[in-house]
Amino acid sequence: MIREHVKPAIVSFLLLTFITGILYSLTVTGIAQVLFRERANGSLIYRDGNSIGSLLIGQHFVDPKYLWGRISSTSPVRFYAASSSGSNLGPSNSVLVDTVKARIEALKAADPDNTSPIPVDLVTSSASGLDPHISLAAAYYQIPRVARLRGLSQDTVRSIVRKHSYNRFLGFIGEPVVNVLKVNLDLDSSKKEYNTNI
Amino acid sequence: MNWNNVIQGFVFLATVILLAKPLGTYMARVYEGKPTGLHVVLGPVERWIYRLSGIYPETGMSWKGYAVAMMLFNGIGIAVVYAFQRLQAYLPLNPMSMQGVAPDLAFNTAISFATNTNWQSYGGETTLSYLTQMVGLTMQNFVSAASGMAVLVALIRGFIQKKAETIGNFWVDLVRTTLYILLPLSMILAIFLVSQGVVQTFKPYEKVTLLQPVMDSNGASVQEQVLALGPAASQIAIKQLGTNGGGFFNVNSSHPFENPTPVSNFLEVIAIILIPAALCYTFGYMVRDKRQGWALLAVMLIIFVPCLWSCISFEQQGNPLLSSLGINQKATAFQPGGNMEGKEARFGIANSAIWAVTTTAVSNGSVNSMHDSYMPLGGLIPLWFMQLGEVVFGGAGSGLYGMIAFAIIAVFIAGLMIGRTPEYLGKKIEAFEMKMASLMILIPPALVLIGTAVAVILPQAKASIFNPGPHGFSEVLYAFSSAANNNGSAFGGLSANTLFYNIALALAMFFARYWLAIPILAVAGSLSRKKIVPVSQGTLPTHTPLFIIFLVVVVLIVGALTFFPALVLGPIVEHFMLHHR
Repeated sequence: MIREHVKPAIVSFLLLTFITGILYSLTVTGIAQVLFRERANGSLIYRDGNSIGSLLIGQHFVDPKYLWGRISSTSPVRFYAASSSGSNLGPSNSVLVDTVKARIEALKAADPDNTSPIPVDLVTSSASGLDPHISLAAAYYQIPRVARLRGLSQDTVRSIVRKHSYNRFLGFIGEPVVNVLKVNLDLDSSKKEYNTNI
Repeated sequence: MNWNNVIQGFVFLATVILLAKPLGTYMARVYEGKPTGLHVVLGPVERWIYRLSGIYPETGMSWKGYAVAMMLFNGIGIAVVYAFQRLQAYLPLNPMSMQGVAPDLAFNTAISFATNTNWQSYGGETTLSYLTQMVGLTMQNFVSAASGMAVLVALIRGFIQKKAETIGNFWVDLVRTTLYILLPLSMILAIFLVSQGVVQTFKPYEKVTLLQPVMDSNGASVQEQVLALGPAASQIAIKQLGTNGGGFFNVNSSHPFENPTPVSNFLEVIAIILIPAALCYTFGYMVRDKRQGWALLAVMLIIFVPCLWSCISFEQQGNPLLSSLGINQKATAFQPGGNMEGKEARFGIANSAIWAVTTTAVSNGSVNSMHDSYMPLGGLIPLWFMQLGEVVFGGAGSGLYGMIAFAIIAVFIAGLMIGRTPEYLGKKIEAFEMKMASLMILIPPALVLIGTAVAVILPQAKASIFNPGPHGFSEVLYAFSSAANNNGSAFGGLSANTLFYNIALALAMFFARYWLAIPILAVAGSLSRKKIVPVSQGTLPTHTPLFIIFLVVVVLIVGALTFFPALVLGPIVEHFMLHHR
């Protein structure tokens, strides 16, 4: 009984490997590279001909004059896009509480006057460690700090944030978010408007 | 009540139910050999495969022949995927110069992908070459799903045929599933995914200059970011559709290159459940009584919907430890709130929880958030769905044949209660069918509970636990529940790439798959040989609300009673510790 199935098993395995492993993948690649070339290659952002990031991959910002993103748990550096990873900290793990506390302290140190409650996504780790977004609330929370340190008006910073925010698809699918890298690139190219020590 | 959560859940379910009928009809026509629009193009390819392989599509197989063909084909798959991983350093399409994979890890991965589990002890972008992913794994994504669907179709034939010695031809079922069902759907989904930003390229990893340099753990300044790329979209499409779940990247569909937008997320989560839901309709269509298919779909939905809603609610409530730090976890128009640890901002609570529940009810196992970081009761639901035996939707084919085994048990119990010979769809259920159905119900829980018990005793296995306290026990329980029900998702904190876990989980996956598929084929053979009993006054109808509720109760009692003590030791005690300290 086994012998009669050996040839069909081997030959059909090879043929199906050719169709689903090679032909299918190559066809999808071909169509993707023709129709959606930029997206198929990583949605890269260019400045002066150099790639300076991807629209979809976050970067680590610690300077208070930049908008900060989610906490990243990748190693050896944060937002290490060659090896994605979440924190995997359980809800009752004391390390989770310590991580959140450290982040709260960093946020307070950078902006001691801000007494609003901190939005939860700003103090928690993303799943991928590469999350390019934060919630609108997390961005709004940081606007006073960024505006003050850059000598920009809060309205200017808010309009930059709005420019790089995304609503829910069709008004109800997904969550509204802000692209942190895009905001920071725009912030860097904005001119200082006035000096203030407020 | 958070209305956006309700709307997102509702739209998801409505879309699935709307698609079940057209796709279910299409699949039934494929299996019955009726013409579909695609036969013009794919018919010649199908016949070409038969001719070259020496397959005689008209020749039926006995159940034993069918099982031998399936095991042979799957055995070759395990050997080839193992070889690809071990030899990838010497093979082409390896731009990042990945080394050969260690033997125990390669063994685990080979079994994982052949059994439609797709448990991952490795990180895709740090371990595997483009060739291994594209040719080795993508191909298994197709044929492991097709194998499960083939076994289901053989079982359905057991109900349709009378006094027949054969249950169909494995090669025909395998090839037709792959060519007419999985390939076209994957092609369409893959292109849509690329349009959203999922990568599909053979270029090596991209280096970009960081806007702000960062310090690594040794204090050295790092100026560049390396972006992992690859032919991902083609593999992700079939990973979602074929109830596989093995991600191209380590963090699976939470990776922005694997699932970049709410739109890609919506398509991917629909793709998880699409085929298992539609197969219910295929079943009703093929047994010439569509009410039977709707009844099984209703059973699945009755269990699914309350669990979906509970998981969203538990996650939306947030973490009490963070509330006491003054963190804002409330859902507003500007933030999702809730327990955002291990979740992506663009998915928030609703889309993460919908995915977590769907991927475990369906035996898919891909993730878009980290289940290890879920609230104790939020994480209990994915865990329990796997423990139910992957019959609430379950794997492509395997979920429905599992549910049919439960239906056989339900008619048997009902028959005992009313003193009649149990029948299902006109076939008498006798001692042999009951023995085989009992195996289906006993083997996975035995593998889960014995495996977990061994792992929490052995010191080298305990060393893999990441989170302290009862949550650590949940990690181990989750790993064995996942492997022994061919799901593949994980509480990712557990360091599973060790000799113990690679071997133990590989064995669990292997036995859970084939020790269930082969008894089902035996049932198919036994049912095929029987005559069909005409419907009479004494027939117990199996499409009524009464039977639907009865079947729900049978599934829940078996699942709940078997695992309740273990769940108390893990998530339930953790919940009380967290809320009453």
